[in-house]
Amino acid sequence: MRVFKAVGLLALLAIVITFPQVFSDPAVSGIAVFALMFAAAVTGWNIFSGYTGYIALGHATYFGLGAYAMAILCQNWHISAGYNTFLIVPLAGLVAAAFSLPLGGIALRVRRHTFIVITIAVFFIFQLLAYNLTQFTNGSIGLNLPLILDWNGFFVNYPFYYVTLAVLLLAIAISWWVRNSKFGLGLLAIRDDEDRALGLGVRTGPSKLVAFAISAFIVGMVGAIWAFYIQTIYPQTAFDATFDVALALMAFMGGLGTISGPILGALILESTQQYFTLQYGASGYYLVVYGALFLVVILLLPRGIIPTLNDRWVKYRATRLQGQPESDVVLATLPAPGSNGNGGAENVEKKEGINL
Amino acid sequence: MLGNLIEAIILGVLTGGVYALMASGLTLVFGVMEIINIGQGALVILGAYLSFFLEQKFHIDLFLGLLLTMPFMFVFGLLIEILFIRPIKRDRTMFSILVTFGIALIIEGVLNLIFTANNAKLQAWYITASFKVGGFYLAYIYVFGFLLAIGLLGGLYWLIYRTKFGFSLRASMQNRTAAELIGINVERISAITFGIGIALAAAGGMVFGATNAFNAGSAYDLISRLLAIIIFGGMGSLSGALIASLGMLVVEDITAFFWDPRWATVVFFVLLVAILLFRPQGLLGKVEARKQ
Repeated sequence: MRVFKAVGLLALLAIVITFPQVFSDPAVSGIAVFALMFAAAVTGWNIFSGYTGYIALGHATYFGLGAYAMAILCQNWHISAGYNTFLIVPLAGLVAAAFSLPLGGIALRVRRHTFIVITIAVFFIFQLLAYNLTQFTNGSIGLNLPLILDWNGFFVNYPFYYVTLAVLLLAIAISWWVRNSKFGLGLLAIRDDEDRALGLGVRTGPSKLVAFAISAFIVGMVGAIWAFYIQTIYPQTAFDATFDVALALMAFMGGLGTISGPILGALILESTQQYFTLQYGASGYYLVVYGALFLVVILLLPRGIIPTLNDRWVKYRATRLQGQPESDVVLATLPAPGSNGNGGAENVEKKEGINL
Repeated sequence: MLGNLIEAIILGVLTGGVYALMASGLTLVFGVMEIINIGQGALVILGAYLSFFLEQKFHIDLFLGLLLTMPFMFVFGLLIEILFIRPIKRDRTMFSILVTFGIALIIEGVLNLIFTANNAKLQAWYITASFKVGGFYLAYIYVFGFLLAIGLLGGLYWLIYRTKFGFSLRASMQNRTAAELIGINVERISAITFGIGIALAAAGGMVFGATNAFNAGSAYDLISRLLAIIIFGGMGSLSGALIASLGMLVVEDITAFFWDPRWATVVFFVLLVAILLFRPQGLLGKVEARKQ
């Protein structure tokens, strides 16, 4: 089973790496770049919101901070476009993370819906700051990133594709590590019952803040790459309210708190959205389709695609192995596949779907 | 200087009343159903566009038009509640945010398709005409809008504190399960409350549309303010929402007069965050018990 999994993952990686070579149409690889950006961002978001259960609806703040940090640093240091420009990306991520510490510290003093609203409020504060602090951000005129001259035509998507892929892999690695560490276990305990976790000795405050900063770092890096790719950023595009909710929707669609779920959600939704934008322009159609998809997913698949499929698979295996009709008794006694022997925990935690 | 201050306060109170109208629906729905209706902003804009449509096509006066738009929005609210909110079974607060956001996106998309993204503004004689108070001119719409808000909020107060429906509503707010046990049809109360909240949003939307240029995208700005107001006032508290709207709008207007209009909204949100640090439950909110 594990061999199959490893081979499967390697094959997937090979497909992802060769993708732009096979589909060299710039429209297609452009969509792929955006899809990967969102996959990376939502993986980062999931490290905080998916694991702790605190739904942050203001991560566009860190996306925008990363984008503006990238633009401002490139301008001040007179960096021209080239492969070296990407070296600023982690720095922009760090700027976003540095902002996230005090902001997260404030927001995480409260829980549940008040937390959600504070994250939204902080987002609007930063959007307004981007409009108003004209000496840094140039206000609504926008900021230019280093102009891309050397990479023209279809080639322009290649560097962005691979850099975004690298960030995505980094995000997955961090997410996987967190998921399998004691730190991550503490985060999941916070999601299930924060007071009890605190009582049992989980340092809930610092844990939440660190997870928040990690997610801001990754989202900030994505923002920086996005800014360089887009070339000109404005307050309303860098700090975009739909980005806030897009992350949540992608994670919910794929399966909140899983590693593969949010990525799947991002790949599906972002490619659909980009396709619609290419076909019909940024008109109302895309909003209607997006909103309808949103409703269907949440009402029909409230736990997300990956946990639902996983359940089906477990049931299927259970019936095949036992030669019996499906029943919950059989389910409870069998370890779930691909869970490295701790499948029991998965069955207990069925309702939330925390499996890979 | 003093004249400016008085002007800012008067304007803040008059617009604050209208915000209270929009926010009261939101906070009431939260109180009864434990859901947050992120779509309230989009519904306010929908209300404004309905008035716009009636005025442009049939030349129906804005205030008279409310007699049509408010019942329409009430039914629309009932439908949303029955079709989309009621099926949510677990983690209602969280999922309601997502579901109502989806609804808001659809409304925004449809409005963009029908009315385009260009700014619209409602037309009527009382929007352009103004009268002199003290040292400055005030458009009649501000006063009329405020009176409408007072009237509707008074009606809401009467409904909640003086009728049988109001008793059931308050019982459902206090304890949903217990209310069900003594024979209150909480689902029906919820649907009607949701409908009322959205009908109030339509009225608020008309006044908003008369005092501001708007398009479908204005919903984002509105919902962020409304959320700030109900969190500031304490979730589920009507009087909290009223005090918060008046306070916030007055502060915003004073900032706009004495410092810079561009910073007014920033001050509004910074104030919110600062206050929540000391009172996470808001001004009049109840401290939340530990949830299992």
